[in-house]
Amino acid sequence: MKLKSLALAAAASSLLAALPAQAQTEIIWWHSMSGQLGEWVNGLAKGFNDSQKDYKVTPVFKGTYPESFAAAIAAFRAGNAPHILQVFEVGTASMMASKGAIVPVTEVFKTAGLKFDPSVYVPAVAGYYTAPNGQMLSLPFNSSTTVFHYNKDAFKAAGLDPEKPPTTWPEVARAAASLKIAGHKCPFTTSWQSWTQLESFSAWHNVEFATKNNGFNGLDTRLAVNTPLHVRHIQNLANMSQQGLFVYKGRNNSADATFVSGECAMTTGSSALYGAVKRNAKFTGGIGTLPYYPDVAGAPQNTVIGGASLWAMSGKKPAETKGVALFFKYLSDPQVQAKSHQETGYLPITLEAFKITEASGFYKQNPGTDVSVNQMIRKTTDKSRGIRLGNFVQIRTIIDEELEQVWSGKKTPEQGLADIKKRGDVELEKFQAANKG
Amino acid sequence: MAVEKRVRFRSGWLPWALVAPQLAIVLVFFFWPAAQGLYFSVLQQDAFGTSVQFVGLDNFRTLFKDETYLASFRVTAIFSLLVAVLGLALSLMLAVMADRVVKGSGAYRTLLIWPYAVAPAVAGVLWLFMFAPSIGVVSYALNAIGIPWNHLLDGTDALILVVAAAVWKQISYNFLFFLAGLQSIPKSLIEAAAIDGAGPWRRFWTVQFPLLSPTAFFLLVINIVYAFFDTFAIIDAATQGGPGKDTAILVYKLYFDGFKAMDLGGSAAQSVVLMVIVIALTVVQFRYVERRVNY
Repeated sequence: MKLKSLALAAAASSLLAALPAQAQTEIIWWHSMSGQLGEWVNGLAKGFNDSQKDYKVTPVFKGTYPESFAAAIAAFRAGNAPHILQVFEVGTASMMASKGAIVPVTEVFKTAGLKFDPSVYVPAVAGYYTAPNGQMLSLPFNSSTTVFHYNKDAFKAAGLDPEKPPTTWPEVARAAASLKIAGHKCPFTTSWQSWTQLESFSAWHNVEFATKNNGFNGLDTRLAVNTPLHVRHIQNLANMSQQGLFVYKGRNNSADATFVSGECAMTTGSSALYGAVKRNAKFTGGIGTLPYYPDVAGAPQNTVIGGASLWAMSGKKPAETKGVALFFKYLSDPQVQAKSHQETGYLPITLEAFKITEASGFYKQNPGTDVSVNQMIRKTTDKSRGIRLGNFVQIRTIIDEELEQVWSGKKTPEQGLADIKKRGDVELEKFQAANKG
Repeated sequence: MAVEKRVRFRSGWLPWALVAPQLAIVLVFFFWPAAQGLYFSVLQQDAFGTSVQFVGLDNFRTLFKDETYLASFRVTAIFSLLVAVLGLALSLMLAVMADRVVKGSGAYRTLLIWPYAVAPAVAGVLWLFMFAPSIGVVSYALNAIGIPWNHLLDGTDALILVVAAAVWKQISYNFLFFLAGLQSIPKSLIEAAAIDGAGPWRRFWTVQFPLLSPTAFFLLVINIVYAFFDTFAIIDAATQGGPGKDTAILVYKLYFDGFKAMDLGGSAAQSVVLMVIVIALTVVQFRYVERRVNY
């Protein structure tokens, strides 16, 4: 009896598994989302697969961003790239320059015969992935931006108003001094120092990070990070570092852990840190806008995004491209978007999704989650639209290396920033030479 | 020494057939990649290989124009020397001590061999945790006795950290060979020296160490190659070459440029430079150091 029912169940399940596989076109999607975010990705694929019968999206976790990027390059060279690849923001220029390897999103929709309306997307998000001719090249997927996180409990203990985060850099320095007097060993730190202190800093003050509108208008872009404003900011941070108000906690996002553990009281980092603070921190976290210098005209403008976007790889059959287009359309659906935004803390990519979330009262129930959105939902300028540099991975490392020498006092801010420009420009020249065709 | 045995093959093809599998492995895993490295080093291409152009020696020119690349030669020399010397000295000391242990020697040896099973990246992370400026056990203790530790901004601290991790990782391997070498020395030689009145120190330097010299020479070559090539995972996990470029050894930059930054041409050029250095070093070692080895 038991055996028989088992056999029956096995037969039924294999039948179920076999039937749709024949009729469906499979779309392979390589991504870098692990843990909870991995479940979010699987949920999106399942939602799409359940919504129609012709296509089946299969998400495959391929390691960290650099790992999946390297794997996709190897696969492309061997002729079996996935249909969809998730690429982090610093890889954008490399993807765009590899014209034969990718199909622009606009093309994908056109091939599939679907209507594509770029105006539904949040400009500051979509602009990052749009070519000078207005063609959207990749689909924004998980985007976050730079915000200011602070520890409300530590603020209270230091006699600061926990509901009023500092909004300008002079205020940050004053708050840090109060925290230090109250006994804090690490009043302020930062994650992603290039992204927060130079890239977003530039856009937020409406100045260029690199010439040619941050590289949007040509490969002959060069860094512009040694202006008096940049020097002033790095000098300010170096002074804070000397006084023990700013404590450097390492490259990339290693400072995040020191904020969540309560060791550091304030940090600038990704808005996506919100989830970790809410889940793991033993204190009440607060989010403020990225600090700025109030005497700079045009500040605050908007911040730039980080995170990743989805690219359609070339060399696929028309039926498969249609599946990719339908999946992209599903991902852009306001309801799906709003749900993703609320679930993950990533930015909404369409304006409609923001409105739905606002109407649902989500921002009121989760104070601080709207800060990143408000920093982004603005009309962007040519200087603040985003940053598109070739060899960006190397340039960010150069910035890490040089800023470390500034924080340790080995170099002056002027010298450090001048060296960033000198070494970074070599990378930009190399990229220009390799992609002039 | 033992009587030399020599087998003569009549047919010409049999010896070739017998070494063919080994030759095939060497060709596929050593010569083919090396040739590809040489070929890639004169090309400039985008990440996906959709545009490839021949640029001659341009990749090398950019490389040697980069001051930080030249500076990393110095870092590499210091790092490799420290790793090889410290690794060999410490493991020799441990092997000599373990060789003298009578009771429970199995347990000691097992414990000493353990670190070899740890992956380099894991070794890097382990040491990173112990030395993490604010939460690490060791850095906490150092701060408590008045030595400030911050490898995030202090280049010397960072170098100490990666050297310690790299040495620790390699000690087991060296230890195994030294121990085997010590145990193959006939006891009668040591006993004869003891009867002649030589103390332990004297016995070690005049009897054991000369007899160990082939092992020591072999390990020297292996350790130099290890320090030059196999340590990038430790550096990546512990310091990522920082602060500044204070721990960015040649192979780390190569790994970073090739696998993280996708600059295949530049990375291939670096691998060619590294290949030349290691070939030169090995030649030097065989010509000059080997003369002092007694087989």
